Amino acid sequence: MADINVLEKEAHLSDHGDHHDDHHGDKYQSSFVDRYVFSQDHKTIAKQFLITGMMWAVIGSAMSIIFRIQLGYPDADISWLQPLLGGWIQIDPLTGVGKLDPQFYYALVTMHGTILVFFVLTAGLSGTFSNLLIPLQCGARDMASPMLNMLSYWFFFLAGAVLFISLFLNTGPFSGGWTGYPPLSGLPQASDGSKAGATLWILSLVFFVVSVLLGGINYITTVINMRTKGMHMFRLPLTIWAFLVTAILGLLSFPVLASGFFMLTFDRVLGTSFFLNEIFVAGEALTTRVGGSAILYQHLFWFLGHPEVYIIILPAMGLVSEVLSVHSRKPIFGYKAMVFSILAIGVLSFLVWAHHMYMTGMNPFIANIFILFTLIIAVPSAVKVFNWIATIWGGNIRINSASLFSIGFVSMFISGGLTGIFLGNAAIDIQQHDTYFVVAHFHIVMGVAAFFGMFAGIYHWFPRLYGRFMNETLGKIHFWGTIVGAYAIFGPMHYLGMAGVPRRYYSFAGFDSFSEFASMNEFITIAAIVTFAFQILFVVNFFYSMYKGKKQTEMNPWKATSLEWTAPVDCGHGNWEGEIPQVHRWPYDFGRHGRDFIPQTEPLAEGEVDGGH
Amino acid sequence: MEMVARQNKIRRIHPKKFALWISMLSMIMLFSAFTSAYIVQKAAGDWLQFPLPVEFFYSTGVILACSLFLHMAYKSFVNKNYLYYQLFWSVGLFLALLFVALQYQGWLHLNEWEIFVHTNQSSSFFVMLVGAHALHVLGGIAALMTSWILAFRKNTKEWSDKGQLRLELTCTYWHFVDVLWLYLLAFLWFQQ
Repeated sequence: MADINVLEKEAHLSDHGDHHDDHHGDKYQSSFVDRYVFSQDHKTIAKQFLITGMMWAVIGSAMSIIFRIQLGYPDADISWLQPLLGGWIQIDPLTGVGKLDPQFYYALVTMHGTILVFFVLTAGLSGTFSNLLIPLQCGARDMASPMLNMLSYWFFFLAGAVLFISLFLNTGPFSGGWTGYPPLSGLPQASDGSKAGATLWILSLVFFVVSVLLGGINYITTVINMRTKGMHMFRLPLTIWAFLVTAILGLLSFPVLASGFFMLTFDRVLGTSFFLNEIFVAGEALTTRVGGSAILYQHLFWFLGHPEVYIIILPAMGLVSEVLSVHSRKPIFGYKAMVFSILAIGVLSFLVWAHHMYMTGMNPFIANIFILFTLIIAVPSAVKVFNWIATIWGGNIRINSASLFSIGFVSMFISGGLTGIFLGNAAIDIQQHDTYFVVAHFHIVMGVAAFFGMFAGIYHWFPRLYGRFMNETLGKIHFWGTIVGAYAIFGPMHYLGMAGVPRRYYSFAGFDSFSEFASMNEFITIAAIVTFAFQILFVVNFFYSMYKGKKQTEMNPWKATSLEWTAPVDCGHGNWEGEIPQVHRWPYDFGRHGRDFIPQTEPLAEGEVDGGH
Repeated sequence: MEMVARQNKIRRIHPKKFALWISMLSMIMLFSAFTSAYIVQKAAGDWLQFPLPVEFFYSTGVILACSLFLHMAYKSFVNKNYLYYQLFWSVGLFLALLFVALQYQGWLHLNEWEIFVHTNQSSSFFVMLVGAHALHVLGGIAALMTSWILAFRKNTKEWSDKGQLRLELTCTYWHFVDVLWLYLLAFLWFQQ
């Protein structure tokens, strides 16, 4: 018995010893700069990621509105945009009609993709919620290295600053598409956007990779090493599982993207030809730039690019699982199946990258292997969908903004996932490749769905972030506006794509076969503008609620079981006063033994079996 | 009792050590990407073969000796034999700098053979691999220098558990770039 006491004491000491180096109570964040700017508190860093991400979301979506105006109203006079876009609006001296510069149209499309994929749905989503929830739900006082965590945010900020500066270049920001395929990106003389704009784009993304790696190292280390007593892996909420696998994916795939960027920079600066071969620019052959392969870049890019879509969607899945369970007052259906699905998706995501490259002339037999793995991913994805539906089935559902957005996520994920099965087949992809069908597919499945997961997370954890609630009425208006709007935008795009309308075209004026879609394009543009307005409503609600929202009076307002609700509402750096709570059970004990919920901190009763097993 | 044992088990490794190990995974991915691309491009043809300059073999000996000295320095530190620690660490730092100098000499040697970064895919890849490794080595040298300065400063707080952890992390990283170089050398050797 004495031995047990000694061991417990040791465990208890190490419990705090690990954290002690980096925390000195509130004294440590005494100045304004330490507290709000270069803060090392994971909760503050989460807010920094969220608000920076929101800022980028507004910029990135506003860009899409501008190019949607071009697509919906190609003949309209848009000289009224000149105060904002300056020289990028070309005004015809005879008629006075203002037009969007085609070069800038491509720059807008490129920036929209880069910003939304990396800055909003990677940094803004996983950066925010991994930071907020990993220490709080695992029961740690902060990340393994708060310093690296702070650097992770500031590298992200730097990446954003560099990209932002590139918007104001004389030659315009990078315009070769968010994938940055060479030779367009590899030769500065290829286009205006490939000059300084491309250099800054690469630099920005290299900083971004550093940010993701620093963040990811911290997330993984914290989850594996710094869980509180009793929190073994199968007692972790699904959010943490999702963040863990997301971080592992990022850690393994972003360096490969970095390798592609280094080689691209060599091609741009040092005159090498990694990705260049037999190129003509302005009618002149570049005789010294031979031997490389542009397809090689595509392999390196998509080796990140495909895991990247799971880096985006897995955190959203984790958030939705948690929110659905809490607001249905039911345990998550098939907890272990959910965990193994996340792991399976993580492994498979590395084996499917070439399904983005069916049209590169690859051997059809090789394509078959990628088709097989792509379709196999549908299995764990479907397991998750069935489990979410089974979780809310017969639940005592609270209809609020968070649960509505979670249900909306499931709807979007099904709609977008189904078209993925089409596109995963090379035979169909050859027809649909580079059409609006692809645009519709990925926007629904990883754009809108990930946003829905993020919104669910924000509405649900807003009290944890700011000690107040967001306005529910505005939240519900936001939900209905967004789900109807998103389907109105992307639904019709499937038809455009099936009719063969290509993506990334500035104008269809020269194609009679597509002229019949003018009214449909106009409809999509109107839907996009209306949906954008609903997002502004959300931003207003967010900042209004931060200062004037209903105050959080009880520690655990949603009656959830997990640890983040056991810390005081206005907890400082270190999260818990006194000892870190211990965990005795899995996080989904809802409706058990006739009780509404049992927190993870409550010891198991005599003879009681932990729910997760 | 079982739960307590489990607790001790998961805390066995220091979080910072664990973080270093997983960041190495990330570096391995970077170099795997480079070397995979190398194999693919070589198979595509248009490939200029050139022998490895002798400096790269000298540098291999130097970096191995460097790892050995750093390891001995670390052991001396653990045994609280600070004089030997200072001595061995200084030798290690010198060898590390010598390694970088030799790598650069090797590159100049190739230039004498009219082989430059843009000459052919093979030379571009060569610079990419050796250069990326050298950058990782320079990061390691920065860490070696930090410990070296701290070791010779008066009233140093170096002789603490925290200092030992830093040395352990530095040595682990250095052994990693050492093994990485052995891998790259072997790779380039077999690709010849």
